[in-house]
Amino acid sequence: MLLGLFSLLLFQLIGETIARGSGLPIPGPVIGFVLLAVALAASPGLRREVDPVAAGLLRYLSLLFVPAAVGVIQQWGLLRVAAVPIVAALLVSTWAALIVTALVFRFVSTRLGLSGPDGEAR
Amino acid sequence: MDGVFRLWVYLSASPLLWLTVTLGAYALADRIALAARYAPIANPVVIAVALIALLLHLTGTGYPTYFAGAQFVHFLLGPATVALAVPLVREAARVRRLILPVLAALLAGSLTAIVTAVGTGWALGADRAILMSLAPKSATTPIAMSIASANGGVPALAAVFVVVTGVIGAMSVTPLMNRLGLKDYAARGFAAGLAAGGIGTARAFQVNPLAGTFAGLGLALNGLATALLVPLLLTLWR
Repeated sequence: MLLGLFSLLLFQLIGETIARGSGLPIPGPVIGFVLLAVALAASPGLRREVDPVAAGLLRYLSLLFVPAAVGVIQQWGLLRVAAVPIVAALLVSTWAALIVTALVFRFVSTRLGLSGPDGEAR
Repeated sequence: MDGVFRLWVYLSASPLLWLTVTLGAYALADRIALAARYAPIANPVVIAVALIALLLHLTGTGYPTYFAGAQFVHFLLGPATVALAVPLVREAARVRRLILPVLAALLAGSLTAIVTAVGTGWALGADRAILMSLAPKSATTPIAMSIASANGGVPALAAVFVVVTGVIGAMSVTPLMNRLGLKDYAARGFAAGLAAGGIGTARAFQVNPLAGTFAGLGLALNGLATALLVPLLLTLWR
């Protein structure tokens, strides 16, 4: 458990170091996520340690967005500069992206025979 | 009365109070969401934020004071992002089998998110700074802020758009997918993570573990895709 938490922080630290060092526009935690996936695939021992910590963190993922989202409410005034185009763009684009992503996923997986007759992936 | 006032002065400036409030508000919000059987409209992030914002307003507390306490929760976003690798590796066989649908949906979805956001804003007369802040709105916050600032957008505005996009996506993904008759939780989750980032991913984990796994993948891949596609599209446009 302790080793699991240590590993998550260590991989984030490595990710941050690579992100800063390389100047790539990719956040450290995302690089840490990729590196941890590689390490976990290679080591079942590491998986046993990280599993319970990851499960605990991901169970409360919604909670972790609350402090930043409270900050957004305080910035509400920023939206007033062009409220109609902004709100319309956010609604249209989020819905369009959800629909297109899901439909293309289903279309390709059905074409390749990767999903069953009920549309559920096997 | 003087004693109570001094206690308030002490507590309101200490990180302990606002950390406790954040956890308490979320616990209450989660109870409400559970009572509503996790209906999309009863999003725990939205409820918790509303409760906290109301309390901050009533007590005249500024965001910096609040964040001094809440930062301990905020800090865990980093390790939690790294932790998304765990369910991904657990489902490695399925992810490998579905790699072509994943990549096709990534390209189509990422392009759609960027082009429809900029296109709608442009058609309704938004200026360039707003358009460039809208372009990366489906990526995670740090990516969106750096893309916005590199292309003439406003980073603070981009951060606001990411959170609002996450909330819109988290609240509409379930009804939209049901309307489309889409039962595949890999596809539903991937769409939620790609289009609505971390808040969409949190919603996906609430609905189904497989959806959460693919949402985490969608979130990470779309961060990379957006960082590559926005500059590319801008070059083509000019």
